[in-house]
Amino acid sequence: MIETKAETVAKQENLKIVTDVVCPFCGTLCDDIKVVLDGNRIVDTMNACIIGNEKFKSAQAGHRVPRPMERVEGTTEFAPVSYDYAIEKAAQILANARRPLFYGWSSTSCEAQEVGNELAEITGGVTDNTASVCHGPSVMAIQTVGAPCCTLGEVKNRADLIIYWGCNPIHAHPRHMSRYTIYPRGFFTERGFDDRTLVVVDPRPTDTAKQADIYVQVEQGKDYELLDALRTATRGEDIPDVVAGVKKEQIKELAELAKSKKFGLLFFGMGVTQTTGKHRNIDIAISWVADMNKYTKFSLIPMRGHYNVTGSGMVMTWQSGFPFAMDFSRGYPRYNPGETAANDILLRHECDAALVIASDPGAHFPVSAMKWYAQIPTIAIDPHYTPTTGISGLVIPSTIIGVEEEGTAYRMDNVPIRCRKVIDSPEFLSDEEILRRILNRVRELKGLPAGGHH
Amino acid sequence: MQGVAIEGHKHEDEYIKACGICEVDVSDLKKLKVFPGQTVRVKSAYGEVVVRAVKATQGPHPGLVFIPMGPWANQVTSPNTYSTGMPHFKGVKVTIEPAPNEKVLNGIELLQKTTLDLKVNA
Repeated sequence: MIETKAETVAKQENLKIVTDVVCPFCGTLCDDIKVVLDGNRIVDTMNACIIGNEKFKSAQAGHRVPRPMERVEGTTEFAPVSYDYAIEKAAQILANARRPLFYGWSSTSCEAQEVGNELAEITGGVTDNTASVCHGPSVMAIQTVGAPCCTLGEVKNRADLIIYWGCNPIHAHPRHMSRYTIYPRGFFTERGFDDRTLVVVDPRPTDTAKQADIYVQVEQGKDYELLDALRTATRGEDIPDVVAGVKKEQIKELAELAKSKKFGLLFFGMGVTQTTGKHRNIDIAISWVADMNKYTKFSLIPMRGHYNVTGSGMVMTWQSGFPFAMDFSRGYPRYNPGETAANDILLRHECDAALVIASDPGAHFPVSAMKWYAQIPTIAIDPHYTPTTGISGLVIPSTIIGVEEEGTAYRMDNVPIRCRKVIDSPEFLSDEEILRRILNRVRELKGLPAGGHH
Repeated sequence: MQGVAIEGHKHEDEYIKACGICEVDVSDLKKLKVFPGQTVRVKSAYGEVVVRAVKATQGPHPGLVFIPMGPWANQVTSPNTYSTGMPHFKGVKVTIEPAPNEKVLNGIELLQKTTLDLKVNA
């Protein structure tokens, strides 16, 4: 069923090293990667973490969807089709849909995201990015109570207290600690590791927790209670003997430690956003960080996963005012997570077609949402085979941004970085080109004037 | 490692090894009379899935099991978003029973089997 081309070992040419390459894996967006090329083939990488290295290697044949494909109705078999056919078919599906869902966007460039949002607008669809199942609750909390934030450069140079709450950077953002938070020497943190204190809060003693100076084992799903107690203790008020499985003494100790530091940073992940409380957990975390600024300097940064999920929120916001879960079905943008986010729409069967790009809801959405996806006309744009491509109607392969295509991405601290092109990929089209061709054809089908580049 | 397996390996066995697993505390494995590496059936109010039980690597945490993000976990997670757009991925009550002779499906096959209305068994 799954066809991949065997890797062809080319005759060795002169090895070449491309420097200052940006890694398109996670929101840390490391920009010091070196890629070793043998002609147009990636042989190895330097400086990249284990996942980043794999991201570059995954560009090789053997891992790729070799050509556009269409699934034979009622089977798991796919028939090869041309790019022209796939783009025409995709345009027909979207032009005929009453309220198509556009989902993903987080592993592609801002340039492609911009075209995608326009496509959602002219088709009267809903567009949502992976924040919806990631840091969407963080975004909602930031809209409610604001967010004291800073860049990772400031963290490197100034922060002497690092708190990782409900995240495990050793596995998910492997170079975060070595580039920015714990190990590097900075302007005011000259002794690096020795000048900083690391606190990890997690229900599991994770591999990151094993590196911590202080590990706080919070009971699963009780982050809100613990943050509330920490906030109360910070104000010097009394708290119960045990909160969320953590002793009063440890909470008070943490509050006093935070006050004694010059610059504290709270990094948080899915352990807080996906668990009971969701945006309320982030709300109170931000409130605590805001309180802490009465005593010292304190900031927080969400550990954004996909390398350009931040960018997708940025592009959506500057184009239409909202960062995710955006609905154009009334002709103007509306935003109401719980109603217009991808999972809500799929679970209530409120879309009649779907386009998924640069993400894998098949692996990352509850199966009940994907049961509706499997019943409607669908288009998946992805360089690789995924559970999503396996149940989509049309599969359109594309180039990988940062490896085969240039493009802009936003780091987790909202800093835009231009990704480089390392190798050529003559057989695949870019996400941006595929979307632009679909957009132009949808305009024709709907009788709309051809739009210019804006 | 999960992050490595998701980059271009989702159609391969590497993805099953990284994500088609359930990390269980050693004390719970003893109670279930399951050895690490054996297959178990994990059931929740939302569905069930067969995965391979492994010893908890980042533990101990008796009573708490962990399935990495992926199509296996999402057979049993709660789709309720409680007006946030975010399904309830964590803190889902599950039961576990030994499932000898059962196979852990490939991630793509698992989703195809549980979502597509297949006319023929491909």
